[in-house]
Amino acid sequence: MSVAESIETIAGCATRIMRGGSGAPLVFLHGAGGAPTWLPFMQTLSKRFDVIVPEHPGFGGSETPDWLDNVGDLACFYLDLIDRFGLEGVNLVGQSLGGWIAAELAVRNDSKLKTLTLCAAAGIHVKGVPRTDTFMLSPEEGTRILVRDQSIADKMLDVPESDERTMTLLKNRLTTAKLAWQPRFYNPDLAKWLHRISVPTLILWGAEDKVVPQAYGAAYQALVPGSKLKIFAECGHLSQVEKPDEFVEAVTSFIREASR
Amino acid sequence: MKFYFMHLMPYADLDLSYDEKHNSAWVTLPNSYYDPKKGHLLYNRYLDELEYADQLGFDGICVNEHHQNAYGLQPIPGVTAGALSRRTKTCKIAVLGRALPLLNNPLTVAEEYAMLDNITGGRLIAGFVRGIGAEYHAWGVNPATSHDRFHEAHDLILQAWTEPGPTVYEGKHYHFQYVNTWPRPFQQPHPPIWIPSQGSSETIEWAADPRRRYTYLQTFTPVATLARYMKMYKATAEGFGYEATEDQLGWSVPLYVAETDEIAYREAKPHIEAFLNKFLRMPREMLLPPGYTSIKSMMGVMKAKASLSGGHTIDSVLEKGMFICGSPTTVCEKLEEYQSEIGFGHLLTLMQFGTLPAELTRKNLEIYAKEVIPYFREKAPSARARAAART
Repeated sequence: MSVAESIETIAGCATRIMRGGSGAPLVFLHGAGGAPTWLPFMQTLSKRFDVIVPEHPGFGGSETPDWLDNVGDLACFYLDLIDRFGLEGVNLVGQSLGGWIAAELAVRNDSKLKTLTLCAAAGIHVKGVPRTDTFMLSPEEGTRILVRDQSIADKMLDVPESDERTMTLLKNRLTTAKLAWQPRFYNPDLAKWLHRISVPTLILWGAEDKVVPQAYGAAYQALVPGSKLKIFAECGHLSQVEKPDEFVEAVTSFIREASR
Repeated sequence: MKFYFMHLMPYADLDLSYDEKHNSAWVTLPNSYYDPKKGHLLYNRYLDELEYADQLGFDGICVNEHHQNAYGLQPIPGVTAGALSRRTKTCKIAVLGRALPLLNNPLTVAEEYAMLDNITGGRLIAGFVRGIGAEYHAWGVNPATSHDRFHEAHDLILQAWTEPGPTVYEGKHYHFQYVNTWPRPFQQPHPPIWIPSQGSSETIEWAADPRRRYTYLQTFTPVATLARYMKMYKATAEGFGYEATEDQLGWSVPLYVAETDEIAYREAKPHIEAFLNKFLRMPREMLLPPGYTSIKSMMGVMKAKASLSGGHTIDSVLEKGMFICGSPTTVCEKLEEYQSEIGFGHLLTLMQFGTLPAELTRKNLEIYAKEVIPYFREKAPSARARAAART
């Protein structure tokens, strides 16, 4: 099965989109590191779903539009994208920063969603449970903290340096700062309205997430009515990379049950 | 050329072995390292030093702004400037803060500067900066909007100073229904504005604009870099159709002068090295948060793997012309060489740095005031006469 890559102009922003597979639509919203490549978990999901992976405005191969100021802007942008593609019954999956965007989207309008999956999502704050300040980390430290299994970090870091890669890294970091510097990775207003989410919601978390600790998963679960929380043992922040089979299985069976 | 004494007011009593446990003297260094009893003595010593410079005949004294660090203890420079405004009588007082983007209400700066200008009867020089990158960690302000907020805050302050109030300010980051600052500045239309920078073509383009003609102040950079940016300012002004004056160009540099070259080197060495390796120490992510500099300049930084993490020696900074040190003759020669080549009109010397103790700081000020400043002041009329004869 192959993946198609295209540039679509949505809300005036040329947006890089990877799309592969067939079935019900599954939109994956990436984290602060961007979505430069079609990863194994996307490939596996594409056997059952029409997997759509946009790069957020301000990240990687997408433009940085003048209107981009905050995560709410991206939530509205993705509502535009759903309309533009004529999608119905969307299974929305967001990881980390992408989870925050997905939650903001669902709070605004979940009428086109069938399910929502929030994986190690940013966006809320749990008092007294500190997160790592990723803005203080070097690129290597920032990669190592994402996964429990450091051999995965070794592989992620073992890529030849190039101007293009450095440029993308800086661009992603700049947009992440714009969206999440202050307050760090959350919107104080979001938690107030998570009760509006009316679609089946699954919360996924790595037990050993050092970026957004597991307690945030429990907090999300308590705030989104009827949501389920699943914890991956021996897993860090990037469960879709560190435990791809378990991740795909969890998402797939959740969507299957929600579709009954 | 005009002569200024610039003070950072470092926490000179810092336990220099802090770096065995902590990677920076900024933002994350526990403030348990600060002893208020020692701090009390330091503040008063430093204020005495600045007041002494006024008595010694310096043209001006400069205070500075940094947050949550041992490098400079003036998070609110208006406090030190306020203390100095009554005890000094003739010198200019330059506030080389305020970091405008950090503020939710930049009108506080319009008010604070106007107060200082009124109290001193027009001796204030108004600095506008963005602060260094670490400030954005310390104050929780988004570095990605730093440039935008700087420009808006500047426009707002100038509006407050120059347009009869009340007026309305409508920006993206700042909105004010009533801009009507009391007091108005003593100097009209407003105090001289200085823009300290570590070097930026965008800043030069903005400062040199004929509507502004602000003094561009190059801070703590190799002399070759200084020369490049001063040349850039002049060329930019020319591009705008006017000739930049020396008054628009300033340089800020640490300086130590003593009886002989050998004495100066020996006395300055441990203190300038502490300044470089201990007080300025910070990792790159703290120094350059995202958006603080453009992606283009960050590309260069990433390649250079730059950080302010130490390993500097007195020799390395002397060689680059980032530090001036020696006998009065040596110091005069260096300054004369740089000044005639580069043509800056304001020289801001940092004459207390790092752990430099009180008695050496005083000696430095005295020798500078007695043997360096007069050398330039005496030659200035003849230089002007020569210039006049040429035309």
